[in-house]
Amino acid sequence: MTAPMLLIAETEIRRSLGRRRAVRLAAPLLLAAYLTTIFFSFDLPGIAARIRPDNAATLLGDFWSFKTHVSRDLRKPGLKVAIEGEAKGRYAPGHFPRWVQDGATPGIDLPGGGRVTYTATGARIERPEFGLIEVTRSGRRIAVTLPKGAVTPDWLSASSTRVDMRGPWWRFSMTPQRTETFRYQPGWELFFFDLQSPFHGKGAAELAALALWEPRLDPARANLAGMLHDIWTNRMWRHGDVVWALGETVLMAFLGTFGAALIAVPLAFLAASNFAPGRAVRFGLRRLFDLFRGIDGLIWTVILSRAFGPGPLTGALAILMTDTGTFGKTFSEALENIDEKQREGIASTGANGALQARFGVGPQVAPVILSQVLYYLESNTRSATVIGALVGGGIGLLLTQAIQTQKDWEEVSYYIVLIILMVMAMDSLSGWLRTRFIKG
Amino acid sequence: MHAAAITSTAEYLALVRRRRAYGGVLTALFVVLMTTGWRAADARNAGSFADGIRHVFDFPAEILTEAARDWANLPGYLGQYIPSLIETLNIAAVSTLLGGVCACILAILSARALAPVAALVTPIRRLMDVMRAMPEIVIALVLIFLLGGGPVPAMIAITLHTAGALGKLFSEAAENADLKPLEGLASVGAGWLARIWFGILPQVAPNWSSYALLRFEINIRASAILGFVGAGGIGYDLRTTLQWGQGRYDQVVAIFVLLFLTIVAVDALSDRARTRLVKGGQAA
Repeated sequence: MTAPMLLIAETEIRRSLGRRRAVRLAAPLLLAAYLTTIFFSFDLPGIAARIRPDNAATLLGDFWSFKTHVSRDLRKPGLKVAIEGEAKGRYAPGHFPRWVQDGATPGIDLPGGGRVTYTATGARIERPEFGLIEVTRSGRRIAVTLPKGAVTPDWLSASSTRVDMRGPWWRFSMTPQRTETFRYQPGWELFFFDLQSPFHGKGAAELAALALWEPRLDPARANLAGMLHDIWTNRMWRHGDVVWALGETVLMAFLGTFGAALIAVPLAFLAASNFAPGRAVRFGLRRLFDLFRGIDGLIWTVILSRAFGPGPLTGALAILMTDTGTFGKTFSEALENIDEKQREGIASTGANGALQARFGVGPQVAPVILSQVLYYLESNTRSATVIGALVGGGIGLLLTQAIQTQKDWEEVSYYIVLIILMVMAMDSLSGWLRTRFIKG
Repeated sequence: MHAAAITSTAEYLALVRRRRAYGGVLTALFVVLMTTGWRAADARNAGSFADGIRHVFDFPAEILTEAARDWANLPGYLGQYIPSLIETLNIAAVSTLLGGVCACILAILSARALAPVAALVTPIRRLMDVMRAMPEIVIALVLIFLLGGGPVPAMIAITLHTAGALGKLFSEAAENADLKPLEGLASVGAGWLARIWFGILPQVAPNWSSYALLRFEINIRASAILGFVGAGGIGYDLRTTLQWGQGRYDQVVAIFVLLFLTIVAVDALSDRARTRLVKGGQAA
């Protein structure tokens, strides 16, 4: 190369480097500008005002603990002890937990050594480091008497119609109608056996002994069968329903994915340029695939649930519709990419079209198609959860219901864990099937 | 199959027969699963397939006749819902960007040959599995409870999912990268960051951008769905207009049209861009 040519080459390289440098500088600036716009258009500064710390506290607390309500209602006789205040978690009279003493003046032991006593005129709350607080109720007015010389502590809030006290792992509240004490404990209560089950409150060793050699608690059924039955029909956690819902979600994904594949395979042959009977058919089918893909799963869900109502069938059909478009497109592309030599070889033996497809094309595209379908099976399990939430089927429905009640957060976390496990299980299943069928 | 392993025609035929038997059993199992599955889904559904299939076109026909009757309003409605559409697109774009950046970091940290701390590889992979497995709607619904409605819960939810999903794909691409540039850079004394920046990123950039574009498409759909459960954007408008019911279906059609056109357009654009990226990457 001569010197002038080198010079030209050098200036050109410099120019292209300069252009690159400009892009490199401009790109982050544009990005920063975009993110700043978003920052304000999504109103991120205002989020601090909208955030609900009380909701966060409820949620975090419920995730790993539960509370037992001990309440006395002025208009109803007797003491009510119930887990989460729910009817299905209510203790039968005479079978209260050890820290509740029933009687004319019921007593409740507080965590940390305190004690609450419900009296005829109100309640007495003893806190070891603070002293005795007397709450009296006359008509619709409530009065609080603190120990002599004490100032109102920050854990007590009182008005003439409401008193609220909080301590470590407990809360006390009194209104003109009702006196209530909440005691918090870690864990998910009644997870295996609800209060109606004879197995409730027994330790692991005790349960093992009952299952293996001890006499039947209920003469009508074996202990182990009884345990399984009681877990399955647990009224608090509804394990049976949850398992059914998970099954429904997997079913939606399975039916939608494989149904779509079954429809898409023959259509893909008609839409692949090397098999299509005519250009018009090919063009029409391609546009049809685009249409089905372009109509979002959300739109399919809305349209189909009008016709079929809520349930797993609607969800399965919505998945089927969207994926038929996707599969049609990818399968026909796979068919266009095959090696024609194998088909020619089969054709040279005098085989007809169907046989050519079976032996000349099938072995080439089957792995591609199968791996695509199995990949979608996993991702559709997740979609089926989402679609289930919209059309009302499967675990998605249970999840939205639990979130909408805004109090069963322990159930929400239980469902979230199950959903994650379900998707991961489907992921490994589809991976296992893929290696098994495709690599031999 | 080894030719030497088959010593006689009889043996070969037996092998073929066994293969066919396996295939037959699998096919039979599949058919049984499909039929019982559809039956079970049909039985547990509120309306049956036989009844529903006759009405499947009722709703589309109804909204289309309304739209046809009030066709003059359509352009106005299309314009009216463009801001919501932009919000939906923004949610998808920001989540793809932020999720993509997180995915880059997670991918490098979890690619065996590149990870600075080998002990972190497995925990980060499990973390990405969990992030991937969590459907966006779960996080979005919980965050809506904490932060109220609006685009932010959807953005966070999609970002988390994107980070997990892209992280896995990115780290697979990074593991397949050629390690020679790394050695070359190491030999001139480059630090870890410089080695990744100049040795790996140029190799994986086309692939990574192509995956990210595909994710952007998926995220638009996800962000529309999350809007439907209360996270803002065009999905939220769709739910509201559906609740108004008959007489206002022309607006539903307008939203359907916008959503459809957006998805088709983004699909076509990203398809073209991805082909260019991957082809260009191979040529360079």
